[in-house]
Amino acid sequence: MLDWLQNIGKKSLRGFESTGRAAMFFVAVVRGMDVALIRFRLTLREIYSVGVLSIVIITVSGLFVGMVLGLQGYVNFAKFNAEESLGIFVALSLVRELGPVVTGLLYAGRAGSALTAEIGLMKTTEQLASMEMMAVDPIRRIIAPRFLAGIISMPLLAAIFSAVGIFGGYFVGVGLLGVDSGSYWSQMQANVDFSGDIVNGVIKSVVFGIACNWIALYQGYDAIPTAEGVSRATTKTVVHSALAVLGLDFVLTALMFGDI
Amino acid sequence: MTDTDIHISSEPLVEIRDLYFSRGELPIFKGLSLDIRRGQVTGFMGPSGTGKTTLLKLVGGQLKPSDGKVYIQGQDVNAISRASLFELRKRMGMLFQSGALLTDLNVYENVAFPLREHTKLPEQIIRDLVLMKLEAVGLRGARKLMPSQLSGGMARRVALARAIVLDPMMIMYDEPFTGLDPITKGTIVTLIKQLNNVLGLTSVIVSHDVEETLSIADYIYVISDGEIVESGTPASLRKSSSEWVQQFLNGYPDGPAPFHYPAPEYIQDLLAGR
Amino acid sequence: MTTRFMEITVGLFVVMGAAALFVLAMNVSNFGSLSSKEGYYLTAYFENIGGLKVRSAITVSGVRVGQVSDIVFDPERLQAKVTIKIDNDHDYFTLDTAASIYTAGLLGEQYIALEPGAEDDTLTDGDEIEFTQSAVVLEEIISKFISNASTS
Repeated sequence: MLDWLQNIGKKSLRGFESTGRAAMFFVAVVRGMDVALIRFRLTLREIYSVGVLSIVIITVSGLFVGMVLGLQGYVNFAKFNAEESLGIFVALSLVRELGPVVTGLLYAGRAGSALTAEIGLMKTTEQLASMEMMAVDPIRRIIAPRFLAGIISMPLLAAIFSAVGIFGGYFVGVGLLGVDSGSYWSQMQANVDFSGDIVNGVIKSVVFGIACNWIALYQGYDAIPTAEGVSRATTKTVVHSALAVLGLDFVLTALMFGDI
Repeated sequence: MTDTDIHISSEPLVEIRDLYFSRGELPIFKGLSLDIRRGQVTGFMGPSGTGKTTLLKLVGGQLKPSDGKVYIQGQDVNAISRASLFELRKRMGMLFQSGALLTDLNVYENVAFPLREHTKLPEQIIRDLVLMKLEAVGLRGARKLMPSQLSGGMARRVALARAIVLDPMMIMYDEPFTGLDPITKGTIVTLIKQLNNVLGLTSVIVSHDVEETLSIADYIYVISDGEIVESGTPASLRKSSSEWVQQFLNGYPDGPAPFHYPAPEYIQDLLAGR
Repeated sequence: MTTRFMEITVGLFVVMGAAALFVLAMNVSNFGSLSSKEGYYLTAYFENIGGLKVRSAITVSGVRVGQVSDIVFDPERLQAKVTIKIDNDHDYFTLDTAASIYTAGLLGEQYIALEPGAEDDTLTDGDEIEFTQSAVVLEEIISKFISNASTS
């Protein structure tokens, strides 16, 4: 019984400690952002590796998710003769929820895990330590540009995902199943609110961007510098990011759309 | 190394006083006090796991001691601001065991890295400096290679070129001889000696390779169990009366440093299973 | 990978993202119609608004002319007070205009349909629409139907 209590106490203490370290890491990264902004070329290179290299997976997934939404929506709306609502359904699902959330999940798997592995490996091979000994702050030089790049990339990726998805839904709904093209777009425009839906979707993706990159970079930076430690950190990144995205999505949805 | 008395009388660059450090519950250093003198090659020897690398990190200010002081040029490393610590580090080079080259940059860019980060020199001068340092380690021809294409010894030489590119006053070598073939080992020994003499550097070598370290060090500290067991010139060390030092230098499997990890009596342990 | 190639692809990525956002704003949402049109506000009181929401459509003969901007319950009149925003170019609503809450399709969204009357003067900003017809609540019709059936 006492052992069990001790175990709980130990685990929660370790949890607090880790949270505290992560918070301090976050503050250090934000304060170290100056180099990432002044020498923007460093950030540009990272936008390439987290953003540009994620375009393919985001576009393909967006297309398929949109097509599935088109198909499922059509089947169900057809029961009530409400096929014209297909556009609203596809657009709102994508813009409010699936765009930011699925992009966040894919980002965690594609770019987040790569970031953790990269930073963890730099730590394992003493590259971070050697940088410190060369009087170069690795948080400023390595972490902050990646963080900034991730935050810039995420909303762009989510927007691409949603836009491609809406065309995917259009392709299935209008192209294959014969929903009227005009009502697909007009119903969508009449019911999707710019400030309420689009802007909130972008805010969501920015928040997910901060969360995913924070987790990925922290896990890499805090990884135990062995091969096993890095692989465990990579797993943690994907799991924690996925949980963070879904949890934050609930909170944000409740805050943004709760009153509607 | 002939005239060691003159070297000893030179003033210390690094002074360590009553240094305590522990990792978790495990004490690593218990009241270490020593000097590293200017212009000398100082060697630290001891078995694996005695915290030799930790000592370098303490000198570099990457770790904070739980008690005691580390002075470099009279400055307390742990009391000065981060900015002045970074200023200090610009004048210290460190050679990591793995080389620690930045994997996404090629050899040339790796050596140029400190220059690009800390100076605003024109490209032409950077090029000259980088080629000079690469020439010094004999790898001018390898400048286009990526770190993954280098052998262990080459990576270490590139790292050495990078460590001296800012012309530091001191350079710390972490296990510079480990895992190298005899030829490469010889190259590194020669390089360390040459750099120390030609550039007037202060060198610190942490190693458990006895022969190589004895051959180039001016002064040696033997560390075990967080304390200095013996110190002196290589010649005096060889004549040490300490059994432990003799075991370490000659590599006897058993002696004061036991072969067995502490365990209950063998017979009883075997019988206990019944 | 050359620096030039990297910079070009990053540029392309940013342009793609911006284009996607633009499509979302102009083609998908009401941003295009929202920002350009100024409107004026009218109020209407309903016994029951059913499922009417803020941003529900206001139509005339099925043509969208504005949206619901606010819904509150008026404790003095014990009715729902609905504020609607009509686009400025639709200024032909007479004083005897009638507002009714209808449902698009059997289960669709509810909207307010306006029917201009015969008077000469038109409603202006802040006026009240006096003739209103509440939302049809399915349960009420069913219960009426049942009670009628049982009495006859």
